[in-house]
Amino acid sequence: MDSGTFVHIDVDREHATLKIKGKWRVERLDHIEAEFQRIVPKLKEKKSILFDTSGIEEIDTGAMVFFISIRERLKKTSRVHVIRSTPEFCHMFRLVKRYNRPVPAAKEPSFALLTNFLYSIGEKTFSMLEDFILFLNFLGAATIAFFYSVIHPSNIRFKETSSNIFKAGTTAIPIVALSSFLVGIVIAYQSAVQLEKYGANIFIVDMIGISIPRELAPLITAIIVAGRSGSSYTAQIGVMKITEEIDAMKTMGFEIYRFVVLPRIFAMIVALPLLIFFADMIGIYAGMIIAKAQLGINTTQFLDRLQNAVEVKHYLVGIFKGPFFAFIIAAIGCFRGFQVSGNTESIGRYTTMSVVNAIFLVVAIDALFSVIFTELGI
Amino acid sequence: MSDKVVISMRGIETRFGEKVVHENVDLTVYEGEIFGLLGGSGSGKTTLMREMIMLLKPAAGKVNVLGYDLDNISREDAHILRTKWGVLFQFGALFTSLTVADNIAVWLREYTTISETMIRQIVHTKLEMVGLAPSVGNLYPAELSGGMIKRAGLARALVMDPKLLFLDEPTSGLDPVSAEAFDNLITELRHLLGLTIVMVTHDIDTIFNVVDRMAVLGDRHIVAEGSLKEILKNDHPFIRQFFGGNRAKVRIKAMEMESSS
Repeated sequence: MDSGTFVHIDVDREHATLKIKGKWRVERLDHIEAEFQRIVPKLKEKKSILFDTSGIEEIDTGAMVFFISIRERLKKTSRVHVIRSTPEFCHMFRLVKRYNRPVPAAKEPSFALLTNFLYSIGEKTFSMLEDFILFLNFLGAATIAFFYSVIHPSNIRFKETSSNIFKAGTTAIPIVALSSFLVGIVIAYQSAVQLEKYGANIFIVDMIGISIPRELAPLITAIIVAGRSGSSYTAQIGVMKITEEIDAMKTMGFEIYRFVVLPRIFAMIVALPLLIFFADMIGIYAGMIIAKAQLGINTTQFLDRLQNAVEVKHYLVGIFKGPFFAFIIAAIGCFRGFQVSGNTESIGRYTTMSVVNAIFLVVAIDALFSVIFTELGI
Repeated sequence: MSDKVVISMRGIETRFGEKVVHENVDLTVYEGEIFGLLGGSGSGKTTLMREMIMLLKPAAGKVNVLGYDLDNISREDAHILRTKWGVLFQFGALFTSLTVADNIAVWLREYTTISETMIRQIVHTKLEMVGLAPSVGNLYPAELSGGMIKRAGLARALVMDPKLLFLDEPTSGLDPVSAEAFDNLITELRHLLGLTIVMVTHDIDTIFNVVDRMAVLGDRHIVAEGSLKEILKNDHPFIRQFFGGNRAKVRIKAMEMESSS
């Protein structure tokens, strides 16, 4: 004899009586299952099993699904009878029975480690290749739209472009300023400690004057803009795709490259070099503050040295990289946006991809430029 | 139908900024009935329903659902209440990252420790109940048609065996055949499971086929509340306009002929 909240069991040698009782509701089904788990072994090799359902106060469809499945299971080995059922119980039983079909067993997940590994490598490689070809396609179409715009300047969407310049450029000023300022401080501080050891205090100007405009400001700015605007391009276009706005534009004869892609790319190409210039100034200013505080180089000395010792080409190299970074960030942002399909989760996935791709390519292109400029002696 | 009150709203006032949507709205839903909330676009039908399911708090007035006063309900009671109702949103609101089967099972997985075989068995039964093939369970919401999304949403709403079901425009966006099939499904499930159903609708066919009692919203107030026959007797301009269209006229004529023969 064993008694639980939902089932009470009486067994003799050949028979078992299960008195089921209480409120059989789906939210308590885990407890019901656990009780049955405990008593099922006792029911083995019993000739007949009797379900006494008179104690059932309430039963819903979910719990009835369980009752039916346990009954089916016991039926395989014993004779099963259900007695003293209320009309409600019978009604629910018939109702669920009507819709209850045996569920095919779920496929066991395979644990073939090596094949899975090779398979996923193959799959990833293939999808990367596919992505690359799609991206070339996208670039080609954007280029055609670009030349078309060059030939027909009246077709350029100036309003969208300027509003995108504002969003990608103007509103990014505070964060670019702060980051660039902090990077300037870090660089100046670290070099000040080293330079002081050799008494080469004044060379901090060369250090700051070259590293900030040539490398750090463009890179920091591009990374911030990729995180801010590249991601927002992807998300915006992705949502437009899900809400079928893109399709609506196509059917109205609005070429998406001219209306959606080019304004964003143009805007980014205009905004990023300006932001880099701004970051240059702030970064150098931060260096100047540290030079004065740590090394006692005053503003006049600093500016004098900056003008005489640091060539203007370093600044130009930094600005020159801007449009390339901008193009990469905007093109990838838009491209990934158009890849969004179906569900909201894919927006998140492609936005992440867009930022990661854009930052990686910015760094890669920066390295490439570094090599090229050094080889050319610039 | 019984006299037991399931939902009562008294003196409801809703404002969005300056705009007053409801003013002194009263309505009562009784156990076992299919209650329709009718009204033109922007009359605040859905808003009223959102106030019943604790998605929105009215600016003033009392809402009571299944004996719980929503104004000062405790966290625990709110949770209990939420397990007692099911909601079907206008566009299904299925979780797009989960398959249909996982969508239906999400409640069971989150709040109970029912075994996986049992969960799949329950999901299967619910799918059959709303007239979807078991294979649909493996699809993602993006792969479903409009009618299937509504059915899957209904299956998810029914998984906890609620006694109270809220439907927001259940037949909007469905073709006439699917809409009628969905109407039939709702009436059938109501009989089978003894549900009380509150639905927002402006589908004339649904109103004639399914709804037992209804409240008509217009001009910030409940213009009329009662059965279809009672509503049709009312000659408030809004009701005459609502039921004055050709499609409604045909239905009214058919209904009159039926009752006279």
